[in-house]
Amino acid sequence: MTAMPVVEATIPTKVSVRDLDFYYGSSKALKSISLPLYTHKVTAFIGPSGCGKSTLLRILNRMYDLYPKQRAEGEVLLDGENILDPHIDLNLLRSRVGMVFQKPTPFPMSIYDNIAFGIRLYEKLSRSELDGRVEAALRGAALWDEVRDKLNSSGLGLSGGQQQRLCIARTVAIQPEVILFDEPCSALDPISTAKIEELIDEMSERYTIAIVTHNMQQAARVSDFTAFMYLGDLVEFGETNNLFTAPQNKKTQDYITGRFG
Amino acid sequence: MSEHIVSSYDRDLEVLGRRIAEMGGIAEKMLAEAMDALANFDIELAHRVVATDQRLDALQREIEENAILTIARRQPLAIDLRECIAAMRIAADLERVGDLAKSIAKRTVKILSEARVPRAVIGLKTMAEVAAIQLKDVLDAYAQRDVERARAVWTNDSELDALEDSVFRDLLTFMMEDPRNISFCTHLLFCSKNIERIGDHTTNVAETIVYLVTGEAMPTDRPKGKSASLPASAEPDEPTK
Repeated sequence: MTAMPVVEATIPTKVSVRDLDFYYGSSKALKSISLPLYTHKVTAFIGPSGCGKSTLLRILNRMYDLYPKQRAEGEVLLDGENILDPHIDLNLLRSRVGMVFQKPTPFPMSIYDNIAFGIRLYEKLSRSELDGRVEAALRGAALWDEVRDKLNSSGLGLSGGQQQRLCIARTVAIQPEVILFDEPCSALDPISTAKIEELIDEMSERYTIAIVTHNMQQAARVSDFTAFMYLGDLVEFGETNNLFTAPQNKKTQDYITGRFG
Repeated sequence: MSEHIVSSYDRDLEVLGRRIAEMGGIAEKMLAEAMDALANFDIELAHRVVATDQRLDALQREIEENAILTIARRQPLAIDLRECIAAMRIAADLERVGDLAKSIAKRTVKILSEARVPRAVIGLKTMAEVAAIQLKDVLDAYAQRDVERARAVWTNDSELDALEDSVFRDLLTFMMEDPRNISFCTHLLFCSKNIERIGDHTTNVAETIVYLVTGEAMPTDRPKGKSASLPASAEPDEPTK
């Protein structure tokens, strides 16, 4: 049993990953990972391609279930409940743990319906209640002012940055508790990136957030805690402020300073 | 330390380190020559010290510009970030060391005509020798990234503080012996203060080296020698109530 890194004993833990192994067929992609996601904090996962950071993220809402021959062993506790339990309600889990992907993925429908679609799946609301929820979600994703006059036009007509914020609005519309970001800015220009980062900052007041990013400076800017992963191992987990100025582990230092050979 | 994937990054950081070493060499030389000029009333040497300071200022500006450019261009993290920050801090401290040595040299030119009691300079020379050793040690510690050596410099500064105290008492004695000594000895008092400050900048550099290597700050309270206060006999009597 690898010890759970405890960095902040005073902050409650929303998600607790314990001794997690993950297999793609016979190859082991995660090796006994243990780490916390603290409540209403942003945790960044960094590491070179293939280190397992996206795999870890996709376990947190059982995304991997969509693929055959992939399996996880260990525990992932969401408010104390093991989400790896085969009996867990996956739809409910995914409404509690939302996800935003690398490429914006708006549905081929109106901006309004992009947001309303998810809400309708989980709740029966009156038209005016639904309107209110759609507006709140768009405001929550800092997109309302840009789209309020064209809610009925297609979501595909928005710019890349707007599309990504539409996806964030779609995620927050169903009022999740945890939001997972898988490289949310890698396809965006710097201005759109700044808007998303600002948004993540605001959102951490209401949600527990995990973000996978290849951009080290972005991890340093947006996160409170950072996990550095390498070849399926968790190498270092700590407060972001310490990890990027004075990392404890040489591998971490080599990676974040661009010395990986 | 292994090398960066981008090799020009290594060169940027190497240049910073080399320039710091160059500044250190110049600052050491200025301190030694300023003291020689004072001890021997060598006006020509004093002028040379004053002129050398420009080179030190130019190097400091160059280091600062390079560090800022590196931060802007490469967004350094961890040890690289500390390298850039440390280079800027150390350059600023060494530039101040140069200023303080220059100030001694300028004073030498000024007090030549009223030079008296040559033995008054002896204590100052001892101070300057200690300051020079400290400066050399701290520059070696930087070159070798030697935390223990840097910590030793940091601790040893109390010796310089104690010496300043004793120089202060000596000079006060000379002044009390003969009021004609007052002007000259007052100038020397300023010189001793300058050397003491060089010691303080040296300890700043030591603190920066510890931060550079470990990422940790030194404690804020450094062991201090006795403060240079008036000797008891010279202090005005307590007003009796």
